[in-house]
Amino acid sequence: MSEEYSVEIVNPEKSFLSKNDVTEVVVPAFEGEIGILKDHISIISFLKPGIIKIFSKSGEQSFYVNDGIIEFKDNNLSILTSLILNLKDVDKEKISEIQKSAEEELNKSDINDQEKYLLDQKLEVLKSIN
Amino acid sequence: MASLDDLKKRISSVKSTQKITKAMKMVAAAKLRRAQESAEKGRPYSDKMNNIILNLSNGISDIENAPKLLSGTGEDKVHLCVVMTSDRGLCGGFNTNIIKKAKQYFQKILDEEKTLKIITVGTKGYDQLKRIFGDYIVERISFKDSKNVNYFDADKVGKKVIEKFEKKEFDVCTIFYNQFKNVITQIPQEQQIIPLNRSDKDENSSEDNYEFEPEEDEILSNLLPKNISTQIFKAMLENSASEQGSRMSAMDNATRNAGEMVDKLTIEYNRSRQAAITKELIEIISGAESL
Repeated sequence: MSEEYSVEIVNPEKSFLSKNDVTEVVVPAFEGEIGILKDHISIISFLKPGIIKIFSKSGEQSFYVNDGIIEFKDNNLSILTSLILNLKDVDKEKISEIQKSAEEELNKSDINDQEKYLLDQKLEVLKSIN
Repeated sequence: MASLDDLKKRISSVKSTQKITKAMKMVAAAKLRRAQESAEKGRPYSDKMNNIILNLSNGISDIENAPKLLSGTGEDKVHLCVVMTSDRGLCGGFNTNIIKKAKQYFQKILDEEKTLKIITVGTKGYDQLKRIFGDYIVERISFKDSKNVNYFDADKVGKKVIEKFEKKEFDVCTIFYNQFKNVITQIPQEQQIIPLNRSDKDENSSEDNYEFEPEEDEILSNLLPKNISTQIFKAMLENSASEQGSRMSAMDNATRNAGEMVDKLTIEYNRSRQAAITKELIEIISGAESL
């Protein structure tokens, strides 16, 4: 039996990526990274800013996501996100731009702990890319 | 009867108007294709989002403690209406249709003696509503500067709505927009987004058991605000496709009408030219006879 399943990444503007020969996807879920293999139980979870890694027969791909929701059901993984960047051809300027706005946000006084945590995460990931 | 010169001027002015409407029609046709494409591309996101939310809300047993965005405030006193229109005119009945629909709804709310608040998106809607319902407009938003419909604009509107909801400024929120069916038909829609309308529940989705991480209510309370933005974004995409479609058919009609008018004027011009020639001939002949 094959160990492959399908994944679809959509952002509000379009369907970003769709593959059906995926063996494993690692997503930055809210409470830690999850690796999803075939026949995983149905799951809905949140993403925090981080890197999505997709392993397939044809190789490995990584993407940066700002936020998102994943739904896994019947060996179909849907990832919904508002901002996604392919790490292969991302330009440094865009990253620095996001980084800057995150830093600004972090300096605001009226943010709560959860927002602060998310922003810290975001900055960390962005720094590691740059 | 108008003089020959006047007729000539009128013909050339109608002709140049026709050129303008023709050009506008072509521009609208090109834009329509793009808008339609992005409306279609945007559908998977909002559909998936809807599905997830339906699955989640089915899983919630404790309706009393469900997030307010889902279940509402329990009251039905203050209605917020988001009326989405275009920023530009010359697009046929596009804006008028939305406004007509919205006005009916406003009247119903006022008749029931509830409080009405309006947010207008797009300048044309504001222009048409300010005369009668000006006092109820709490905010006006326009995206004249952004070329294409994008999610961040929708998100701005969504955040504003949620901010108002959290301040308990309204109980029910409805959005008005045109749904794109095809180039000639656009259907004005009213859609209630707060509290979420759960009547369109999918029958087959209820049997799934999901694992949630974190807890259901936490996911829901994070997801619902996003869903609002998504719904608004969907409405904006539909609207922009409808606007271009409506403009295209309006301009097509205008071009055809201008053509008819040019034909009519040309006939009139030729007739009066002939009449003038005949008159001159008669004058010459009768002048020669009298000699």
